Amino acid sequence: MEPIQIPPVDLTLIAPLLTITAWAIVLLLVDAFLIPDERKKLTGYLALAGLAVTALVAVPLWNVDGSTFSDMVVLDRYSLTLTWLFLLIGGLTIAMALEYLPRHGIEQGEFYPLILFAVASMILLAQATDLIVIFLGIELLSLTLYILTGFAYPRVTSEEAGMKYLIMGAFAAGFFAYGIALIYGATGSTNLAAINAYLAAEPFVLSEQVLLLAGVGLLLITFGFKIALVPFHMWTPDVYEGAPTPVAAFMSVGTKAAALAVLLRILGSAFPLAYEFWLPVLSVLAAVTMLVGNLGALTQTNVKRMLAYSSISHAGYVLLGVIVATERGVEAFLFYMLAYALTNLGAFAVVIALEQRSESAWSLDDFSGLFQRQPFLAIAMAIFMFSLAGVPPTAGFIAKFYVFTAAYEGGLGWLALIGLLTSAIAVYFYLRVVLRMFTRDPGRPVEPAMDRGLHLNITLAAGLTLLIGLLPMPVVNLVERSLVALGL
Amino acid sequence: MVPTAYYILLSAALFAIGVLGVLVRRNALVVFMSVELMLNAANLAFVAFARERLSVDGQVLVFFVITVAAAEVAVGLALLVAIFRSKRTADVDEVSVLKG
Repeated sequence: MEPIQIPPVDLTLIAPLLTITAWAIVLLLVDAFLIPDERKKLTGYLALAGLAVTALVAVPLWNVDGSTFSDMVVLDRYSLTLTWLFLLIGGLTIAMALEYLPRHGIEQGEFYPLILFAVASMILLAQATDLIVIFLGIELLSLTLYILTGFAYPRVTSEEAGMKYLIMGAFAAGFFAYGIALIYGATGSTNLAAINAYLAAEPFVLSEQVLLLAGVGLLLITFGFKIALVPFHMWTPDVYEGAPTPVAAFMSVGTKAAALAVLLRILGSAFPLAYEFWLPVLSVLAAVTMLVGNLGALTQTNVKRMLAYSSISHAGYVLLGVIVATERGVEAFLFYMLAYALTNLGAFAVVIALEQRSESAWSLDDFSGLFQRQPFLAIAMAIFMFSLAGVPPTAGFIAKFYVFTAAYEGGLGWLALIGLLTSAIAVYFYLRVVLRMFTRDPGRPVEPAMDRGLHLNITLAAGLTLLIGLLPMPVVNLVERSLVALGL
Repeated sequence: MVPTAYYILLSAALFAIGVLGVLVRRNALVVFMSVELMLNAANLAFVAFARERLSVDGQVLVFFVITVAAAEVAVGLALLVAIFRSKRTADVDEVSVLKG
C-alpha cells in the first residue's frame, strides 16, 4: 500500500463555507453564554448578519475556478449561484422564525445556529465532487433537520415528525453508504471525475456492470427519499405538518434544491456514460411524481398538507431540468429553484401569519374572505398561488416554461407533455385557495399575527416573484453563466 | 486468502437483514439497530474492496461512515427519549397522531 499523501489545500475556494461554519459555531457559544433568555431574537439578527457576510465573501470568487482537497471540493459558478440561493433561503427562513418561535413558546437560541449549519451543509453539497463528501454533506443537513423538525418540544406532533423523518433519513443513509461501497468496488474510486474517467477508459457493456448498476440504483433510491419523489414520498406530508412551519418551509425548498443540485453533478460528471440506465428510471419517477403530487394535493383541505403535496409535484418538474442533463436543463433547474424558493417561502410565510398558538389555522376555511379582513395578505397569497400554478406574469410561469422547453429540446417531449397536463390539474387546487379568499365570506375570525419580519418577508417574496416574472432577463443571464461542467 | 466475493456476499446478506429489520420491526430501538447493520454492511464492503485493490481509500471511508452513524444514533436516541417522556412507548406504530 502507498503511504498517505497530504494533499495541498487552498482555503480560499471554500471561503464561504468556512465563514458560515465558523460563524455558526461562534454564534452557538455566544448564544449560550452571553445572550440572556429574554433577548434570543438577537441571536436571530446575528445569524442574519452571518448569512449576509457569507454572501459578500462569495462575491470576489465569481471569477475563480478550481478544486482542492485532492479534487474532493470544487468551486465553480454553478456552486456559487447555488450558494447565494441557499443563503437567501436561510435568510427568509430566519426572518419567518423571528416572531414565530416566541409566539409558539418554543424560542430557543440554538434554532438560528442550526439553520446556519443546515445552510453550510447545503453549500458543501453544492461544492462536493466526491461521493464521500456528498455523504457527509447530506448527513450533516439531515442531522440538523431532524433536530429542527422535533424543535417544538413538547408538542407531540413535532416529536413524531422528527422521529419519522429520522427513521426515513437513516434508512436512506444506509442505502447511500452501501451504494457508495458498491460503486467504489466497481470503479476503485469515490471521486466523480475519476469514476467517469474509469468508465470512459475502456468500452463496456452496461448490463454486465452489475456492481456499478446496483450502486447507482441504491444512490437513486437515496435521492428519491431526500427529494421526496414518488414512491419514496410517504413521509413528506406528515413531516411538513408536524414540523414547526418555518422548518417545513426551509425543508420544502432547501433540502430539495441541495439534493437536486448534487444529483445533477453526480449524474453529469460521474455517470454520463451510464445514462441508458438512469435516464429511463428517473424519467418514470419524474412522471409519477408530477401525477401523484398534484392528485394528492387535490383532496387536501389542510393548507399545510396541500403545500407539502405541491412541493412533491414541483420536485417532479425540477427533476425534468436535471435529467435532460443539457446546458439548457441546468439553466432551467437553477431558474426554477430560485422562482420556487421565493414563491414557496412566501406562501409558507402567509400560513405562518394566520397561525395561532393554541390552534392551527391551516384549514382552507380559514382563508375564506381573507381579502376583506387582510387585503395585503390575500393579494400576496394570490400572487404565490398564481406563481405555483404557473400563471403569467409570475416567476413560476417563466420557470415552468423554461423547464418544459429544456425537456422538449433534450428529447424528453413526452415528459414535458405530462408536465403540462399535470400543471392544468394543479391550477384547480391553487385557484381554489384564491377564490375562497376573494369571494367567500369569512367563516370564523382568524386574527393574523403580522410583524415586521413576516411583513418584510412576504413583501420581498411577492415583489421578487412578480419582478422576475415581468423581467426575467437578469436572472436568465445569471443562470446562463452558472453552468456546471457536464461530462456529456 | 478468502476471495472478495465471499465478503461481499456476507455484507449483502447483512444489508438485506438490516433493510428487513427496518421494515418489519416496530420498536424504534430495534429499527435504529437495523440501520446500524445496514451501515456496517457498507463498511464491510468498503474494507473488502480496499483489500482487493490494495488501496487505503476504502478503509478511510469506513471512519467517516462510523462517525456519521454515531451522530445519527445520538440524535435519534434524544428524540426517542423526548417521545418516551410524553407517550411512554417506543413503538413506532403507537406514535401516529399524523396520518399520511
